[in-house]
Amino acid sequence: MGHLYIFVALLATSLSIINAVELTFELPDNEKQCFFESIEKGTKSTIEFQVITGGHYDVDMELTAPSGQILYKDVKKQYDSFTWTADLSGIFKFCFSNEFSTFSHKVVYFDLEVGDEKPLVEGMTSHDTAMTLMETSAQNTHEDLKTVLDYQTHFRLRESQGRGFAEDLNERVMIWSIGESIIIVIICIGQILVLRSFFTDKHKTASAT
Amino acid sequence: MLPVNYFISLFSLIILISNTSGLYFHIGETQKKCFIEEIPDETMVVGKYKVQAFDPSVKDYMPSAPGIGMLVEVRDPEDKIILSRTYAAEGRFTFTSHSAGEHVVCLHSNSTAWFSAGQLRVHLDIQVGEHAVDYQQIQAKDKLSELQLRVRQLLDQVEQITKEQNYQRYREERFRQTSESTNQRVLWWSIVQTVILLITGFWQMRHLKSFFEAKKLV
Repeated sequence: MGHLYIFVALLATSLSIINAVELTFELPDNEKQCFFESIEKGTKSTIEFQVITGGHYDVDMELTAPSGQILYKDVKKQYDSFTWTADLSGIFKFCFSNEFSTFSHKVVYFDLEVGDEKPLVEGMTSHDTAMTLMETSAQNTHEDLKTVLDYQTHFRLRESQGRGFAEDLNERVMIWSIGESIIIVIICIGQILVLRSFFTDKHKTASAT
Repeated sequence: MLPVNYFISLFSLIILISNTSGLYFHIGETQKKCFIEEIPDETMVVGKYKVQAFDPSVKDYMPSAPGIGMLVEVRDPEDKIILSRTYAAEGRFTFTSHSAGEHVVCLHSNSTAWFSAGQLRVHLDIQVGEHAVDYQQIQAKDKLSELQLRVRQLLDQVEQITKEQNYQRYREERFRQTSESTNQRVLWWSIVQTVILLITGFWQMRHLKSFFEAKKLV
């Protein structure tokens, strides 16, 4: 009987689904990509997104509640973070749009956190007594390390942006330099040919008359 | 009375099923969708997905998609395929990175339709590094107390931070190399272009001089 009770309690804990998903995907030009998540009423959720490469590093984002109400809508944003509490249960939809761009495809990173972090140990006994000092400080250390990892992610994204731009620049310098050199050589040869053609015609007409 | 193991496995199964119905998106039946994961080396990545097919008669998505398999392809930063397997409509894939960098995870349904006949709803959950570790399992296997489990989690987190720092050092080196290469290229190509201009200028003058002398204009 005790086992059954524990099982039902564990099942109840599992049903309040707590989720954190972060994905990086490529958004081609003139396209829109939507993601859906089912969120329970009263759950605090955070969506954070950043454009890593492409064009002017901007994207449109729109967050819609199950009732159709638009919770967040912004155009040409490079980075933003939005927190909201779901006032009704249902499917929330958030869409990234690159429809304003004609040729640059973007790489977008987003991080969706729904609810609180699930507890490490799913056991009823851990909440019966207050936590010892050791447990509290371990918990605090865990929270701080999570913050460190979060900062690292942000730093990595910024650095990735800068590096992508630098690599693009490097390539462009090479391509344009080669192009310019070829243009210089073509123009020089062209000039000579055109000049020669002037004098050749005149000489013919001069000798004819 | 059923053994506790039965409950644990049933509970884990329910966790697995309910966790996969998290974030979802729609793709065409023949469309390929890729996600980029920039990770340090020796990092484990666990992905869980579930595919539902659109049923035009009911105008909704069926609870499962019979007969559809998903080809999961993972490429490492050198564009080499490190995982390429077809799983069922609902599956779990895992890989460990051997080199640091951008890994690309692609999902592609193995539908044999010529054009994208229908839409698929794909539930996806990708967890990286210490998020991928199942602490329930570790506690059950090693029989750890809550504090010991918490310390194990802290150790995993710190290890991931260290790996990420290492990766960041390597990335910064690459960035610096790229910038120095740009600097060198700008310098070198400017010199080359100046030399080309001078050479073509001299050639032009010499050619014209001999041309005019031949035409008896000079």
